[in-house]
Amino acid sequence: MLPIGHYLFLGLALFIIGVIGVVTRRNVIVILMSIELILNAVNINLVAFSRLYGDVAGQVFALFIIADAAAEAAVGLGIIIAFFRNRETVLEDEMDLLKW
Amino acid sequence: MLDQVIFYTFAAIAVISAILTVTRRNVVHSAIFLITALLATAGIFLQLRAEFLFIVQIILYVGGIMVLFVFVIMLVNLDEAVRQMRFARQKWVSLLVSLALAAQVGLMFWSSRKMPGQGMPKFVAAPVDKLPANSEAVAQSLFQTYLLPFEIASVLLLVAMIGAVVMAKKRT
Amino acid sequence: MQGVIQATMDFVKQYWAPLVCSLAIVAILPLVAGYIVLVERKIMADMQARLGPMRVGPHGLLQPIADAVKLLIKEDIIPDEADKLVFWLAPVLSVAAALLAMAGLAIGPAFQIAKDINIGILFVVGVSALGIFGIVLGGWASNSHYSLIGALRSSAQLVSYETAAGMALVCGLLFAGSLNITSIVQAQYDQGIWFGLLAPVAFFTYLVASIAETNRAPFDLPEAESELVAGYMTEFSGFRWSLYFLAEYTNMIVVASVATTLFLGGWLRPFPRTTWLNFLDFLPPLAMIGVAAYCFMRTPKQPARVQQMFMLAVAGLCLAVALVLAAPLVVPAVKPFHDGILGAFWFILKVSLYIYFFMWLRFTLPRYRFDQLMRLGWHFLIPLSIINVLVIGIAMIVGQYFNLTGGALLLTTIPASIIALIVALFILASEQKSEPQKASAAPDSYA
Repeated sequence: MLPIGHYLFLGLALFIIGVIGVVTRRNVIVILMSIELILNAVNINLVAFSRLYGDVAGQVFALFIIADAAAEAAVGLGIIIAFFRNRETVLEDEMDLLKW
Repeated sequence: MLDQVIFYTFAAIAVISAILTVTRRNVVHSAIFLITALLATAGIFLQLRAEFLFIVQIILYVGGIMVLFVFVIMLVNLDEAVRQMRFARQKWVSLLVSLALAAQVGLMFWSSRKMPGQGMPKFVAAPVDKLPANSEAVAQSLFQTYLLPFEIASVLLLVAMIGAVVMAKKRT
Repeated sequence: MQGVIQATMDFVKQYWAPLVCSLAIVAILPLVAGYIVLVERKIMADMQARLGPMRVGPHGLLQPIADAVKLLIKEDIIPDEADKLVFWLAPVLSVAAALLAMAGLAIGPAFQIAKDINIGILFVVGVSALGIFGIVLGGWASNSHYSLIGALRSSAQLVSYETAAGMALVCGLLFAGSLNITSIVQAQYDQGIWFGLLAPVAFFTYLVASIAETNRAPFDLPEAESELVAGYMTEFSGFRWSLYFLAEYTNMIVVASVATTLFLGGWLRPFPRTTWLNFLDFLPPLAMIGVAAYCFMRTPKQPARVQQMFMLAVAGLCLAVALVLAAPLVVPAVKPFHDGILGAFWFILKVSLYIYFFMWLRFTLPRYRFDQLMRLGWHFLIPLSIINVLVIGIAMIVGQYFNLTGGALLLTTIPASIIALIVALFILASEQKSEPQKASAAPDSYA
């Protein structure tokens, strides 16, 4: 087994890439996808620690996070469809109806 | 050694396709690279002997959530979005802040390796052939220790499902 | 560098058998798919009272090879407006998912590439579900309306029927108590009964859902010629098109194998624990000898010399297979391979029958309309499968209470299945009552 640090750095890399995607992209769909990347990075850490300590609790937590991601994607995409139907855009800096 | 080869291969695929996910102009290409990143992560789960999570990642994440994403991408009109600016106005500031965050956390990991006594945990992982059957172990843990969170998660999914239906429904 | 080479060598040394087997599958499967197409055309011809392909080889036996050559030398057209990368990727993705799913399947106890993986049947189902991306991305990349509509239809159909299929699988897995394919078949041996008999409603649900998942008639909406030209495959030609075709037929083999493993007893012969039926072991070689004899009888009637020779070759091949099948029954030295050889025969026989049923349906039933398809999926099959899991679980608990095992479990599961069916039909009826049929169904924009 590799040292735990490898997995932590991989998780960190994916997490930061996800964060960069969230804060720099304009397309809301890509932002949602970047959030999936972030959740994925968390999963890697959890599973790595679960293997390290020989305790499946980490994997169960990762399962919960995947369920969470499913819920988040469903609601988020529902909002995007509703928004696109009203405003014909998926760019986040054009979602400024409340900003007068 | 085989473990390391597998890990580095999948890690490289995951990181490269994650970078491509956030930089591609075309959203469908982004989605494809995200799928690749998620599959590579599934490979890393397998390398960590989390077989059940590996298949859950493939069935739920790739086969479920990403199909939903691709479906929505095709419903919303893409042709315009391709021609427009990819990144928001605050991109340089936010990139700088994110990289600072990366440097901070990375430095923390790096330095904690060298600290005597309180560095990275040094537990010895169970050898591969001594591990219990993975899906059985996960099921035991999920339905005995974490039964209540499991039920809460199911309620959360139900709420999300109803919410998504209400959101996406046509107002009549 | 030295370490990497060493690791590769170790890997090859440890896993050479699965590697060779997977290469063999990748090499042989296109041929098998081609012959399934030939059989399908022959069955279609038979049902429509005509002869089908007869020109290439005796009774058209070489037709698949001619077709393959034709497809390979066709011009490969990529539309100007297409997304080149995705257009290239999509068929490969489709076929890769289907072929990868074959790795988890077990053809008899001896022939399995990924041996004894803990997640067994989930691997097969999950990986084969990835094929949907090939369809969706292919339809999107061709940049054509027909393709896109076909792709959207297909993804909607697959996603909705996968739920029903998954629930049906859960039902079978409740009896098996394991995800491992070998353990599932072993459980059916121990209980002495196929799970398809214990949970007929689950088997029915899986049957319908698997037809929908493989985009076969009567659910072949994504590629309905009369409405959408060829659905997501409209812009594909030549080799790429044949990759889609290969993926479709491989998927058929995969779903048939999953159904066989879980519901039809895998590689076990019918009634595996009943000793007075042991003569069934002699059935496989006798059947093969029968086929060989038929070929011999037909040989003089062939018009050309080449065709006669070919017919003799086929007969010889059948005889050889019969010898292989008879060997474990007669020769003591081959006795240990009894289960492996005869098991493979039974497994392939069951898979073939399942695929034959698909074809039979295709030439019998007219195509569904898209909203009918969605209503069948969401209003009937999904409630039915969920209720079925519930009542089968209750039936198993009741069975445990009365210490019922094996065939005696039928006493509780059959009433449970009937209850599930009645409740689902009741739900369907009440939904139709509360939602009166509009005189003219409004055209669905995505249909």
